[in-house]
Amino acid sequence: MTIEANSPTLSPLSAQTANLRPVLEWLARRAEPVAISLAAILAGLALFSIFIAVVGKSPIDLFKLMYTGGFGSWFSIQNSLSRAAPLLLTALCVALPARLGLVIIGGEGAVVLGGVAAAAAALPLTGSVSPVIVLPVMAIAGMIMGGLWIGMTGLLRHYRGVNETIASLLLAYIAIALMNHFIEGPLRDPASLNKPSTTPLPAEYMLGNIPGMDVNWGLVIGILACIVSWILIEATSFGFAARIAGGNVRAAQIQGLPVGRLIVGFTALAGSFAGLAGMIEVAAVQGSANASLAAGYGYTGILVAFLARHNPLAIIPVAILLGGIDASGGLIQRRMGLPDATVLVLQGTLFVVILLCETFYGRFKIFNPDFWKTPALKGGTV
Amino acid sequence: MEDTGIGLWGVPLAIFAGAIRVSTPFIFVSLGESITERSGRINLGLEGTLVFGAMTAYAVAVMTNSPWLGVLAAMAAGAVFGLIHGWICKYPKVNDIAIGIAMMQFGLGLAFFLGKSFIQPVAPRLPSIPLGGWSDLPQIQSALNINVLFVIGGLLAVALWWAFRNTRVGLILRVVGDSSDAARAMGLNPDTVRLLATAVGGSFAAVGGAYLSLYYPGSWNEGISSGQGLMAVALVIFARWNPIGCFLAALLFGGAGALGPALQSVGVTQGYYLFYAAPYVLTLAILIATSSPTRSLAGAPGALSITK
Repeated sequence: MTIEANSPTLSPLSAQTANLRPVLEWLARRAEPVAISLAAILAGLALFSIFIAVVGKSPIDLFKLMYTGGFGSWFSIQNSLSRAAPLLLTALCVALPARLGLVIIGGEGAVVLGGVAAAAAALPLTGSVSPVIVLPVMAIAGMIMGGLWIGMTGLLRHYRGVNETIASLLLAYIAIALMNHFIEGPLRDPASLNKPSTTPLPAEYMLGNIPGMDVNWGLVIGILACIVSWILIEATSFGFAARIAGGNVRAAQIQGLPVGRLIVGFTALAGSFAGLAGMIEVAAVQGSANASLAAGYGYTGILVAFLARHNPLAIIPVAILLGGIDASGGLIQRRMGLPDATVLVLQGTLFVVILLCETFYGRFKIFNPDFWKTPALKGGTV
Repeated sequence: MEDTGIGLWGVPLAIFAGAIRVSTPFIFVSLGESITERSGRINLGLEGTLVFGAMTAYAVAVMTNSPWLGVLAAMAAGAVFGLIHGWICKYPKVNDIAIGIAMMQFGLGLAFFLGKSFIQPVAPRLPSIPLGGWSDLPQIQSALNINVLFVIGGLLAVALWWAFRNTRVGLILRVVGDSSDAARAMGLNPDTVRLLATAVGGSFAAVGGAYLSLYYPGSWNEGISSGQGLMAVALVIFARWNPIGCFLAALLFGGAGALGPALQSVGVTQGYYLFYAAPYVLTLAILIATSSPTRSLAGAPGALSITK
């Protein structure tokens, strides 16, 4: 007989399963978000299928097309990855402040102004300075601009008590007006007639593609940003303090944590990631700052962050998945005659169902590590 | 400028006329949201409801040739959106602000999806009352051409203000909004009250949308709303959950929104795009001025998550 079995305080698991217990406990803890998220995605897809069937199309054909358009070929995979790149960064803009309990939905504003700042910083340098210097300068300009923009909501939140959700959204509208002002006015390239934009970057100043792929370096930058954010949250005292402050502000203040600095720091960092997304759009995709910067990456990023439960590592697969859904939109429109907003309906449905499923956390016994400790297993199947 | 006949007076007149024209959606969304927020819940999804209401109203008006049936259909659709929001939010651990954002995306997506085929057809418009008949100047006549929904909105604001104070329903709403526990002690079910309040709020917001598609600008397209639904949420806070305050604040916002076009009409084009930002800057400035990090807002419903 093992010690565990003799001890009255421990569970009456057999010697073999007792060794498994820590594994089961660990699995139970880790499985909950995965299982509930997957179930929510399936439920969302089921609801969406009903909607598609009601408008008279075949959901199965649609999902097949989505797969083909998103991940069915090397071409479509590259397309999906390209679309995922800005989503990684805009999702971080939501996920990082969420660790502090802040709901920031104005990432679009940081993307737009980050792009304008990057283009403005490049203008006086191109031609005379090497791209090796210009590109980092653009990135820094975009990050500072985005950081200031979203950091402002953190500042207002902590020192003025202004609701960050509404403030960030208002700032996003203000940012778009500012962008229009700059690209129609002071920064406008006179040669851009129908589509006002800044002077295009010369080809050698563009952020190129990853060797062997038709995907720009933005993807690598985005993935690195996710990894760095994950380390910041999970492995540094800064991240630990943020998690405490997110759980209970008052407790954090009593502990003497610099809540104000944490809030401003996290929102500014979050905004600088979104600003970087804007810089990448300018330097790798558009070649100039123009109205296409407001393409909605900031808003899709909200969905990515919530789907990933604000976990920076989980953002990577979710962003690629949503990039794939985005990429398949055109194919769905052409082959099935459905409006391009089909993808928006799917995203909205998924978003609502995922949030509804938050209510199931902690309700299922098998996800509770204690379940694997207690005698509940005795009469069970293990 | 020369051909207006009233010179620079055109600017305040255009702002005044614009305020009345632009404010109506704000009036309806903010009155609806004030009902919802008084019950202790916040619905950020009203932007989606507004756009979906605009689409529904336009589609029904095209099909039935009656703008009023369009408004009714929009109200029904808005109520359904409110019911969904209210139903989801009653579950524990569900964040009403996040659900609002999700419902906004869902509403926008659904409106763009179903409304695709209605971008071309022309719908009959909502009628307006020509109050400027006494004047010979066409500017004054058009400025005082007031839409029926604006008048209804004004009357509704007064009625709600009275109802919040003096009716049983108003009292129930306020009790539920201030404390779920107090409401339960009185034998009220907070979830049911909030569900109904969110549904009514949604149907009001959809009327705001119907005004956009059926009167001003009077067509359906995907860019029909520029955040009116969301700004109305901020506006309710500014108005301290008071319906008459909502009405006046909506007029102020409408005026700010009309500033750019008014200045452009007299030839001021410098920084034209910056004037587009005026209503948002104004909202933000008001939020900053009225918020405080230490005390909760005066008049705020106690159970409201956004002011905590």
